[in-house]
Amino acid sequence: MRANLTRHWPLLATGVVLLALYIGAAIAFPGFRTWFQFTRLFSDNATLGLAAVGMTFVILSGGIDLSVGAVIACASMMLALLAGELAWPLWLAAPAVLAAGAAFGAGMGGLIHIFRLPPFLVTLAGMFLARGTALLLSPHKRIELGSHDSVRSLSLLHVADFTLAALIFLAAVTLSALALRWMRWGRTVYAIGSDESAARLMGLAVAPTRIGVYALSGLCAAAGGIVHVIGTQAGDASIAFLLELDAIAAVVIGGTVLAGGRGSVLGTLLGVLILAIITTIPGYVSDLDSWWTRLIIGALLLLFVSLQRVSQHWREE
Amino acid sequence: MADALVEMREIVKTYPGVVALDAVDFTLRAGEIHALVGENGAGKSTLIRILTGAERPDRGRLLLNGREIHARSPAEAQRLGVAAVYQEINLAPDLSIAENLLLGREPRSRFGWIQWGEMRRRARQIVRSMGLEADVSAPLRDCSIALRQMIAVARAVDQRARVLVLDEPTSSLDAAETGRLFDLMRRLRAAGLGIVFITHFLEQVYAVSDRITVLRGGRCVGSHAARDLPRLALVSAMLGKAASAVAAERASTRRADCGGAARLVAKRVFRRRSIQPFDLTLRAGEVVGLAGLLGSGRTEMARLLFGVETRDGGTISINGAAMHRHSPRRSIRAGVALAPEDRRAAGLVPRLSVRDNILLALHASRGWLRRLPRRDQVALAEQFVRSLSIATPDLRRPVAQLSGGNQQKVILARWLLMEPTILLLDEPTRGIDIGAKEQVESLVADLRVRGMAIVFISGELEEVVRVSSRVVVLRDRAVVGELEGAAITAGSIMERIAGPAEGGGHA
Amino acid sequence: MREIGRHLLWPLAALAILLAFNALRDPAFFHLRLVEGRLTGAMIDILNQGAPVLLLALGMTLVIGTGGIDLSVGAVMAVAGAVAADLLHSGASTATALAAAVGAGLAAGLWNGSLIALVGLSPIVATLILMVAGRGIAQLVSNGEIIDIAPDAAILAIGRGTVLGLPFPVLIALGAAAALAGVARLTSLGLFIECVGGNEQASRYAGLAVRSIRLAAYALMGVLAAIAGLIDAADIAAADANNCGLYLELDSILAVVIGGAALTGGRFSIAGSLLGAIIIQTISTSILRADFGGRSVPVELNLIIKATFVLALCLVQSSEWRRWRPLRRSAAA
Repeated sequence: MRANLTRHWPLLATGVVLLALYIGAAIAFPGFRTWFQFTRLFSDNATLGLAAVGMTFVILSGGIDLSVGAVIACASMMLALLAGELAWPLWLAAPAVLAAGAAFGAGMGGLIHIFRLPPFLVTLAGMFLARGTALLLSPHKRIELGSHDSVRSLSLLHVADFTLAALIFLAAVTLSALALRWMRWGRTVYAIGSDESAARLMGLAVAPTRIGVYALSGLCAAAGGIVHVIGTQAGDASIAFLLELDAIAAVVIGGTVLAGGRGSVLGTLLGVLILAIITTIPGYVSDLDSWWTRLIIGALLLLFVSLQRVSQHWREE
Repeated sequence: MADALVEMREIVKTYPGVVALDAVDFTLRAGEIHALVGENGAGKSTLIRILTGAERPDRGRLLLNGREIHARSPAEAQRLGVAAVYQEINLAPDLSIAENLLLGREPRSRFGWIQWGEMRRRARQIVRSMGLEADVSAPLRDCSIALRQMIAVARAVDQRARVLVLDEPTSSLDAAETGRLFDLMRRLRAAGLGIVFITHFLEQVYAVSDRITVLRGGRCVGSHAARDLPRLALVSAMLGKAASAVAAERASTRRADCGGAARLVAKRVFRRRSIQPFDLTLRAGEVVGLAGLLGSGRTEMARLLFGVETRDGGTISINGAAMHRHSPRRSIRAGVALAPEDRRAAGLVPRLSVRDNILLALHASRGWLRRLPRRDQVALAEQFVRSLSIATPDLRRPVAQLSGGNQQKVILARWLLMEPTILLLDEPTRGIDIGAKEQVESLVADLRVRGMAIVFISGELEEVVRVSSRVVVLRDRAVVGELEGAAITAGSIMERIAGPAEGGGHA
Repeated sequence: MREIGRHLLWPLAALAILLAFNALRDPAFFHLRLVEGRLTGAMIDILNQGAPVLLLALGMTLVIGTGGIDLSVGAVMAVAGAVAADLLHSGASTATALAAAVGAGLAAGLWNGSLIALVGLSPIVATLILMVAGRGIAQLVSNGEIIDIAPDAAILAIGRGTVLGLPFPVLIALGAAAALAGVARLTSLGLFIECVGGNEQASRYAGLAVRSIRLAAYALMGVLAAIAGLIDAADIAAADANNCGLYLELDSILAVVIGGAALTGGRFSIAGSLLGAIIIQTISTSILRADFGGRSVPVELNLIIKATFVLALCLVQSSEWRRWRPLRRSAAA
């Protein structure tokens, strides 16, 4: 038991912070106590959540992906273009966008793996590429879907107040958790983040896993873009600006170590919820401005990075 | 030989400018522990890299169970049954013990899901069969280094390895942990594995090995049953001098006066897993040689004295000043200089010019604002390039382009122009040609006469004998003896390195 | 030095091609005219608009020289601009506002430097924190609004003034480059930075104060980012916490890489980074001015071109690429 406690304390710390935030908010604002508000934490942050799920894989493998925000924007524009202006059916347009996102991610992963380029640089360039492409897709930087009935009906779908966006996010968390725990591919992600040359010597498939991780991140980001279109009936090239920073923050606050090898998707879910509460609170307080959220997220990031550093130091002793 | 597991025949491997292995033969039998020993540059690691598929030989044949094999990668060698466990353990520290044992061939259901229960059960089985005790679902990073080492061995064995290479597995283990590893090795030997064991500790060589192969300078200089090879013979084979000839050699008489002022006094200084407590007093005008095999603690001693590593206990005072929060900067200010063993990693800044490298310590001590005027820089650098006869086309040449000997002289120049009172030289003549070597030696003699206190570390005994006025002998990370004046002979040093169990055999 | 000289060859060639391309399209490209005591022309525009990137690239040169990186420079620009505008708004003197803004940049740099040199965080992680929180700080200072600077404020001279016909931002940027080049040449700072980036262990053995050198590089980066932020604010006569210095992290890193510095540290060139920054701004300006058959090129192409450029450069720099090249050649033969 004690061993389990020390092993999982980063996750516990995140859980305690989340619980304290939620209880605090519920005491301060009656509106926070409702079931509807609870489900909105998921619905309103599904795009961030999806990006953070993909980012979890990337960070677990020891990398980083700064392109996810731009990929979300680009995917939203692509979907709106295909389904709106070109009038493709949604069952064709959405998979096409997902495939494009995955292919883009795989391309970056290939550059990182084959040419051993620093991930932050490749994905920073990827961010510019994706954002530039998104802006180029329409002279108005925004494509309204107009009367696209299938998308509109999807946006009204919900189960126990969870919207489709929230359900997709939760499904992604569940599937990722399963893959990371129960599949060889998932364990290989941990092994690469832990010690790449060891993973190679163990005979694990390093190259496909590493490239797959970035492809998955691109796929998740594209899904985030699709979810956004469903929610707003439009593609927009300027959304999700610097969202990658929030996604990284959610992953790190969720207890995943930036150096790779340690962490979980469950932690990322908690991290996303913490960010969700922090960004929701200003809506309840008239004199609290929204930029406080940036500061608090930065502070939390610092706190958890320092905790990781301290625990690493402590283990080495 | 019917039971030869591995036969390596006339293996040749050259790197640009170096013959690493020159027609080396090596035979490993099933059910034996075979120690492979030799000093730096003897060719041990090259031989191991070829055996485990990390390198291809230029010439020669490698037979496993009588069949010639050509492994192109460590992974392929592993599939053929040759596995290696290195000092820096190749396992994933964030995964559990069970995964580290079984990842890559974990039990899976029909749908590809990992069966954790079955996996843990099999892992427990493996761990128990090795005579170990561990919670297999604990992450590896929570285990001691010794246990990790043994998990790596277990993984290799469970993958049906017939040949196991252990490359310095004990260098960061304490005595009890080493004992447990040896138990495991004996158990595996009984199961019929062939084990190649590399270590710098002679005690350990005799503790577990059945046979010993000595490499020197890329050649095999002998392969003997351990009980037939006395320690002294082993040491002399490693260092390359017949024991009888060495014993006869007399120390020269040129070092009589060693009664200068105490420059450096170290009392009960130690660092865990690095070196046991030692005392050392260094006087002006003497050269103290540190002799011992690789890994005996001689480099660690120099690094502690210079403050590169923090000591766990003891006191050091330099020129009368006690070093409390010791660091290289403090040592330098107190008048110490260290020319490190690993020139590339710790000495040179390869991209910078010869001049910048020579003047680096001086500039560091002056602070960033007081840069030497360009004219003085050139004059100083030129003076030392001339006096040490550093062969370089010009001062602006990147230092990485110089030969090893000239690189070493650049580092010497860096410290000599600081006019230190204490000079620590760690393997100053390694990898440099004969001419440069003689220059370094005569320079040391010269500096001693001028009153400098010098620590001289070298793996070459004759050299230590030639330059030292006093010799401190180290074995297994501890000081085991001190010789002075006429008592300094290669033979007497070797006896002390070899240790008390004079007859060799099983200690 | 000789090595650096060769490195300057490629950026110089790239710049020459870019300029020639522009001159061909627009014969008036190199024309300079004096309008109301102020030099105007495409070349002056490039330098003027490129001043912030140039300043950032100078600081980034030092940071990358130590083997680090600073992702927070855009956010620091926003903070500095907000601090100056806010103080002016509440009636402080120009000197106070300037000093406070530069002080804020210094503090940000020291913060980053301490996390890296003292706490031991990796540069990406450490500066990511300020990248996340920095714009929040800027908005906190400016109360979430765009603070306008009074049209007659003396501070606007930083962005709009001229000396002998030359715009002030150009003078600041070139002055800073000259000062830094001078410091690198006359003091040991440049040497120390190259040592720390080139071989940290050897630097420690030689008695260098590795931590202080790291700290100094990030502190200087912060100050330069603050000055860039001031120029930006003075240029638009307002502090915009959301958009000030946006994307300039990548631009400045790109400038340094184009200038021939190694991203792994240990080698840098002030002149190279200067050239790199000018090249980047020339690309942006060229795209702004270019028109194909009467249809103007969308500005967004800028992002794509720059991204492609940075990837191509890194690829060519990577050792794997070099390992592949001889293979191709022998395959072709």
